[in-house]
Amino acid sequence: MAQATDIQRRYGKTQRVDRWWIEPALFGGGLLAFVIYSTVSALILGNSWHFEAGPYLSPFFEPLIKPGWVPEWISPAVFILWAPLGFRTTCYYYRRTYYRSFFMSPPGCAVTEPAKSYSGESKFPFVLQNAHRLFLYVALVFIPILWYGALKAFWLDGEGLGVGVGSLILTVNAFLLMMYTLSCHSLRHLIGGGLDCFSCSSYTRTRRKAWDILSLANEHHKGWAWASLISVGLADLYVHLVANGVLTDLNTWSNF
Amino acid sequence: MADIETHEYDVLVIGAGGAGLRAAVEASALGARTGLVCKSLLGKAHTVMAEGGIAAAMGNVYSEDNWQVHFRDTMRGGKMLNNWRMAQIHAQEAPDRVKELEEWGALFDRTADGRILQRDFGGHRYARLAHVGDRTGLEMIRTLQQHAVHRGIEVHQECTVNRLLKDGDRISGALGYWRESGRMVLFRAKAVVIATGGLGKVFAITSNSWEGTGDGHSLAMQAGADMIDMEFVQFHPTGMVWPPSVRGILVTEGVRGDGGTLKNTSGERFMFNYIPPMFASETADTEAEADRWYDDKVNARRTPDLLPRDEVARAINSEVKAGRGTPHGGVFLDIASRRSEEYIKRRLPSMYHQFMQLAGVDITKEPMEVGPTAHYAMGGVRVDAETAASTVPGLYAAGEVAGGMHGSNRLGGNSLSDLVVFGRRAGENAAKYALGLSGQPSVDQGAIAERSASILKPFEGGRENPYTLHKELQDCMQENVGIIRTDSEMRQALVKIAELRERLTQVQVEGHIQYNTGWHLALDMEHMLRVAEAITMAAIERKESRGGHTRDDFPNASGDFGKVNVVVRERGTAVSVVQEPLPEMPDELKKLFEE
Amino acid sequence: MPKAHLKVWRGDDSGDYVEYDVEYEEGMVVLDVVHRLQATQAGDLAVRWNCKAGKCGSCSAEINGKPKLQCMTRMGTFVDGETITIAPLKTFPIIRDLVTDVSWNYRVAETMPELKLSGPDASGHRRMQQIDIDREQEFRKCIECYICQDVCHVIRDHPENQGNFAGPRFFVQLANVAMHPLDQNPKSATVAHGFGLDYCNITKCCTEVCPEGIHITDNAIIPLKERRVDEYYDPIRAIGRKLFGKK
Ligand SMILES: Cc1cc2nc3c(=O)[nH]c(=O)nc-3n(C[C@H](O)[C@H](O)[C@H](O)COP(=O)(O)OP(=O)(O)OC[C@H]3O[C@@H](n4cnc5c(N)ncnc54)[C@H](O)[C@@H]3O)c2cc1C
Ligand code: SF4
Ligand code: SF4
Ligand code: FES
Ligand code: FES
Repeated sequence: MAQATDIQRRYGKTQRVDRWWIEPALFGGGLLAFVIYSTVSALILGNSWHFEAGPYLSPFFEPLIKPGWVPEWISPAVFILWAPLGFRTTCYYYRRTYYRSFFMSPPGCAVTEPAKSYSGESKFPFVLQNAHRLFLYVALVFIPILWYGALKAFWLDGEGLGVGVGSLILTVNAFLLMMYTLSCHSLRHLIGGGLDCFSCSSYTRTRRKAWDILSLANEHHKGWAWASLISVGLADLYVHLVANGVLTDLNTWSNF
Repeated sequence: MADIETHEYDVLVIGAGGAGLRAAVEASALGARTGLVCKSLLGKAHTVMAEGGIAAAMGNVYSEDNWQVHFRDTMRGGKMLNNWRMAQIHAQEAPDRVKELEEWGALFDRTADGRILQRDFGGHRYARLAHVGDRTGLEMIRTLQQHAVHRGIEVHQECTVNRLLKDGDRISGALGYWRESGRMVLFRAKAVVIATGGLGKVFAITSNSWEGTGDGHSLAMQAGADMIDMEFVQFHPTGMVWPPSVRGILVTEGVRGDGGTLKNTSGERFMFNYIPPMFASETADTEAEADRWYDDKVNARRTPDLLPRDEVARAINSEVKAGRGTPHGGVFLDIASRRSEEYIKRRLPSMYHQFMQLAGVDITKEPMEVGPTAHYAMGGVRVDAETAASTVPGLYAAGEVAGGMHGSNRLGGNSLSDLVVFGRRAGENAAKYALGLSGQPSVDQGAIAERSASILKPFEGGRENPYTLHKELQDCMQENVGIIRTDSEMRQALVKIAELRERLTQVQVEGHIQYNTGWHLALDMEHMLRVAEAITMAAIERKESRGGHTRDDFPNASGDFGKVNVVVRERGTAVSVVQEPLPEMPDELKKLFEE
Repeated sequence: MPKAHLKVWRGDDSGDYVEYDVEYEEGMVVLDVVHRLQATQAGDLAVRWNCKAGKCGSCSAEINGKPKLQCMTRMGTFVDGETITIAPLKTFPIIRDLVTDVSWNYRVAETMPELKLSGPDASGHRRMQQIDIDREQEFRKCIECYICQDVCHVIRDHPENQGNFAGPRFFVQLANVAMHPLDQNPKSATVAHGFGLDYCNITKCCTEVCPEGIHITDNAIIPLKERRVDEYYDPIRAIGRKLFGKK
């Protein structure tokens, strides 16, 4: 007989008296809300809900890829979203969160988990989590693209330079997404963590300095993960609302 | 008893602290079948608690340092009562032992040029303690433990040795019990190394854990080995005094080495009033000079806060008695007003946590309250300096349980180095001795059967609670044979010890034999009583004050007593105390003391 | 004097919780109260301890369901009159009361790779800079309390994994070997072997409970997983190795 049931039989499921379930419930709920929102906004509604307003483009669609052969019912976001989706799904922080909240593996520390057997990330499908490195390379490419989108938001065709609430939102969003990527565990490893000797040359000393800085950012990876997730959702919502005439953007331009 | 679980070894090492582990590693390296026994789990021995560092004259920080200076510091710290040859070997071999630890994985803090960093400690002329923050002992025991488990040494954890066995004059094994099951176990061995550590649990306020019950001292003495210097018990000046439940827990000397100073309630740095003549020439007499010393060891003299431990402990004792102590009966140790928060947390992380979590005191902002705590036994089994052999053939001793190395007072950091230097020698010589014997010496089956039965007696009924007996012994020793001693009080202690011994025959433990801590304590009481008696008798014999032995009725050091060890021996039920001359130091070493 | 209401596991596998009221003073920790219980009401209560200062890792137990050191859990952290449940480490076979059989950990320790350092330089020193070792010094703070091993669901809830999975304490040790600046072990002995690293799903309970505050997951496990990715899963590195020869 497995000892899991042994522990339960002997001592009970858990003796924790604090509200340990709040955290997984909250974070799980948050993730779920985002997944539903982004699916609806970017994939289901797609082209039928405007995602461009003046100089603003929703970050779900950045950069806009819309070749003619693609039917109208397919959202251009599909060419973009696989990348952040893959990156975040395989992210060490999100893994922790959804393993706990959705797979209840474990539901909380020192709380008995329901599954009968367990092989962690050693077998398919979870062995695919090792693709995180690949998604990181892609995510790094997206950083300049997102900054490009943010800078573009300060330039209205025909009128030139200006600033609006939307340009600020997209800038903050680009910054948070960049920080999320820079605080990635995998990047921290690539920059310096993979070295055994930091002092061996001036090159490795420099990498150590970079590693120190990324380590600082990495300590708050969870924070960057949530901040950027919320910001990208809000940025998308904002652009949509402006594009569909629900909101008017406050800005310095005369004709938008 | 034919059915008793039996293990057969060339060398049996009792104790898995630094000394025992190092001995076992050496013995097995020489090809001896080696067994290791310890009362707790592997890696939990006292050594794990050592904080400050390991002394070795490597000269990495001050190139002026060398073994001669270390030797001289050690002898002077011990008030010249040390076995000079042990002190010499120790000073000469410590650097190699430290480098060996590094080779096996220890990661000491580094100097700027990548060598092992060394820190200041009381009584050491130069910064000499290799360390890892304030968890050096952990580093040492883990390194040795990880090295040992790959060497094919058989480890018996949570097994307590209760008797040594002899075949005629020589050692033939040991008898113990598994703490988990309560069952007896017999170890047949050609040689036995005792490395059981200290005896602090004889006192009420102590830095030692439950293991420090002087088992090895008692076992060796019972087996007929000579014990020396038993009167010298080191009271570490800085133990925690509040809250009551942590009273005695150690505050490392590293706090003072890194800039902490002692103050009384009027804020005075009182140590300047307690500089003894012997150290006057090398101790700062103004606060300004003392403060300069932290950065300039060559031109300024050291702060009196770092005088040898006996001096500082007595000074604190006097301050408290004179009414200048804190409400909880200690003095202040202040590092907060002298060092930055960042520095304190980096250099003394576990002290920071210890005070934060146990006392709710933030040592980066407030001073600590500290007072003396029974810490270390200088005395122990008399051993040969070269071989660590006791006076019983086949019985070796190393580490805190061995006597002689530290004289009347041990310098901080000299214990960890002692463990590896003499642990290695004990393992080596025990193995050589064992491999030189042809057959396994015989064990006395009658005695084993008798002991296996009598060990269960506490279950049979009586009226004494082992915890109460222990508490009474501790209070008695603390009161009467503590930091300050007088003849009449010590004689009262002897009476009390005899009374407790009598009452121990009536001890009663409840429950059953598995993992019964009450029963274990009842069995340890026998050892503690023997050790307490030896300390007291030796202390009565030494009619002077020196190092870790201070007498109100003989407040000064005496020239005559400076030439002798007090030796305690047990023969049958009779315990005798005699004075025997110290080994004579050769002239070329004597020269080191003429300046 | 305030009174603590304790619920302590007594007995072996077929034991049960027994309730006690014990008086305590300000500043006491759970271990003090357990000792008082032992000295006054339950003389044969089995409990491990040594240092009473969070240095030896002997006194691990589950207090109100959370694995902790008894000697570092202050009574002041409980509200008055609260029932305090004290159970042994549940993952390991129970011996009696608060004492469990942790020998599995010692068996795993024997399988860990040993450090093999390169020799000293001409001056007889092994030179290492502080920046090369501070990472590993964090790992070496481990006091082997096995609290992380106890909480890890991989073995807590699935003991059948004990044969394939070394557990967080030993990933910390493995990281120490893998990152040591002078270690000469081949990767096959450390990172590539893995010791069941991929069973860990980085849910971080070990880090949450470690009394030494070692960032087990972030600083040991994830970096080790990343080193495994270097070896097995990073196509760009693989191409690099093909082009420029194996590093
Ligand atoms: C809090 C603290 C801090 C210290 N700091 C320092 C420092 O900074 N520098 C320094 O040099 N020294 C320091 N010391 C002193 C030093 O740590 C000890 O003197 C030293 O560790 C003793 O080592 P040992 O190997 O002799 O014995 P221990 O480490 O005490 O080990 C004794 C072993 O013997 C076993 N044992 C005992 N009795 C039996 C029995 N009957 N049967 C079987 N096994 C038995 C125990 O289980 C244990 O394994 C400190 C001590 C303490 C308590
Ligand atoms: S992070 Fe991994 S090792 Fe740590 S408790 Fe979770 S599963 Fe176990
Ligand atoms: S890593 Fe932390 S929790 Fe795990 S055994 Fe070491 S000190 Fe304990
Ligand atoms: S770990 Fe979260 S993005 Fe890489
Ligand atoms: S008793 Fe040592 S950690 Fe609690």
